[in-house]
Amino acid sequence: MGEAAVEAWDLVKDFGDKRAVDGVSLRVPAGSICGILGPNGAGKTTTIRMLLGIIDPSSGTRRLLGSDRPLDAAHEVGYLPEERGLYPAMTAREAIAFMGALRGLPLKEGRRRATDMLAERGLSDWADRPIRTLSKGMAQTVQLLGTLVHHPRLIVLDEPFSGLDAINQEKLESLIRAQAEAGATIIFSTHVIAHAERLCERIAIIAAGRVAFEGAVDDARDRLRPMVRLRTRASDGAWRSALPPGARQNGRDFTFELPEGGPEPLLRALIDGGAGIDTLSIERPGLHDAFVAIAGEAVVREMAQEVPA
Amino acid sequence: MSLPRTLRAAWVIGRRDFTATVMSKAFLLFLLGPLFPVLVGVMFGGIGASVASNAERPVVAVVASPQAFARIEAARGELAGAMNGGALVRMTRFDPAPDTAAQVDSLLKSNQPPVAAVLLDPFGQPRLTGSFGSGSGDVAQIRLILARAQASRPVPDIAVTTVRASAGTAATIRGITARLGQGLLFLLTLLLAGMLLSQLIEEKSNKVIEVLAAAVPVDAIFLGKLFAMLAMSLVGIAVWASAAIGAIALLASPNVLAALPPPAVGWPLFALLGILYFAMSYLLIGAAFLGIGAQASTVRQVQTLSMPVTMAQVFIFAFASAAASQPNGSLGIAAAVFPLSSPFAMLARAAESAALWPHLLAVAWQALWVALILKLAASLFRRSVLKSGSARRWWRRASKGSSVTA
Repeated sequence: MGEAAVEAWDLVKDFGDKRAVDGVSLRVPAGSICGILGPNGAGKTTTIRMLLGIIDPSSGTRRLLGSDRPLDAAHEVGYLPEERGLYPAMTAREAIAFMGALRGLPLKEGRRRATDMLAERGLSDWADRPIRTLSKGMAQTVQLLGTLVHHPRLIVLDEPFSGLDAINQEKLESLIRAQAEAGATIIFSTHVIAHAERLCERIAIIAAGRVAFEGAVDDARDRLRPMVRLRTRASDGAWRSALPPGARQNGRDFTFELPEGGPEPLLRALIDGGAGIDTLSIERPGLHDAFVAIAGEAVVREMAQEVPA
Repeated sequence: MSLPRTLRAAWVIGRRDFTATVMSKAFLLFLLGPLFPVLVGVMFGGIGASVASNAERPVVAVVASPQAFARIEAARGELAGAMNGGALVRMTRFDPAPDTAAQVDSLLKSNQPPVAAVLLDPFGQPRLTGSFGSGSGDVAQIRLILARAQASRPVPDIAVTTVRASAGTAATIRGITARLGQGLLFLLTLLLAGMLLSQLIEEKSNKVIEVLAAAVPVDAIFLGKLFAMLAMSLVGIAVWASAAIGAIALLASPNVLAALPPPAVGWPLFALLGILYFAMSYLLIGAAFLGIGAQASTVRQVQTLSMPVTMAQVFIFAFASAAASQPNGSLGIAAAVFPLSSPFAMLARAAESAALWPHLLAVAWQALWVALILKLAASLFRRSVLKSGSARRWWRRASKGSSVTA
């Protein structure tokens, strides 16, 4: 694994008596696209805010682009917060340039880049209009451009797809891929798994304030056994003993996890047992299934710990 | 983040704030706002003064011959000149009538002019009938006027040599300058620093605070906002001072300013120190206000906070004002040392004492406190608003630590 853009060890965050993040450790390799997945309230945003140095952890350490003090690397970081925020009286161009200036980009250069970026997206006519006159989608685009205007090495996007229509979601996915191809490291949080499945090489699943899984998307999918969907002509017979105990039946349709031995012993047992296989498919589980299983287990574990003995 | 980068970040924040404020329509109102009451005050004050000088003094009807009244008028003129413009009783002559009692009665009922008293036989057996008490100042004035009108010797001429200032007048006038300087400083600080209470409301309500806090330290946000508001205040003061100087040049004698006795450090340095102490006072009180206001999330909360903080300002001013009369006494030194009252106390000192080193020391001391208050305010903001650091109080952490150890 290459150099890490972001590393965290045992990050804990308490808000009063509530523990929002409970020992998060993760590593994001430089140049990768990493998705932070988790159900609502899992601690994704709090983790991101700690990684970026907006808030300090109650305990634990983190390193951002090689710096133990995240704000020291702020000029190389672009951040799109979950709650979007722009000054309503500022023009689109000035807002982008201002966000660049906050990250150390000279204002004049920021204005020049903002002009080009707006033109690339067909928004030149809106460059000198105040933010308050823009549509919500346009304002989000302006904020995203402000996040990227200083050409950051690390881009952190908190729920970037929320509030976007399908077309703009597609555009944003393309933009993320383009930034990654240009060498940037990208971290984004989402609770919509399809985006992560399409974009990410690595994911971290946070549930109940803890990292329930961290690794490659394929590894997450491999945590679940493949699913078998079977339709038989026979309704009963010796072949039934080949099905695992948790198999779900709907008429002559059966759905179950592929047994430990793999497909060959299963097929042999079904044929020899006279099942009369009409159709059979073995499907690798999607990230959605893996996420539900991993996050669900973590939540169940957390709830079990909370129940007094 | 290094100091140069923090300062650069503060510059970015400050420039945005300053531009956004100065380019708004509200800023024009802010500039014109204080000029309206002054203009109205000058207008009505002038009219009022004129009316008062003519109408407030009582009219005494003097029943006498024209020759006798001429002597009285001449004597009154001499006394009026000696009173530095202080008003004397007004006098109007009436010819004697055959029925004196009826004339007195008639004059006292007269409204043209409204007569307060009637003076009969001024150079024989003067008798005064009217609403004056026998020991009143008005009666004493009439006695003096009559005495002077009957005196045969002219007022002696005195050879006068004018010096620019004597120790006695200088001390008095410097005391007045000290208090005026303090008052002006207080007024400006009161007027302007209060605006800092609501400075972070915009960022909080627009959610911009998250963008700022991810990019720059909170200290830089506070510093930028503080200096932006200071710059805006100085623009306002420059406009108001120009208007005041223009008004004085138009309405008052050109010698008025030149005739003012200089404060101990001289006018140019006093003006410079005035600006410097305004800046320090603004930064000190502003930093505290910014920190307090940053805790508020809504305009309503800011309004609730504004009353106690204004009262606190009044107390600070009262403290410094009380100390002005004894700059080297314990109260004076305490006011100069206490950071929030220090600019007020030191400006008063500049009017009364020529030594410059205390000012260098005071400015350094005040700057140190600006930095400390800002740091504290930023830390408080991070802890309570951004929920950064441990939310547990130190005593709770300590008790938790001890229970773990046990």
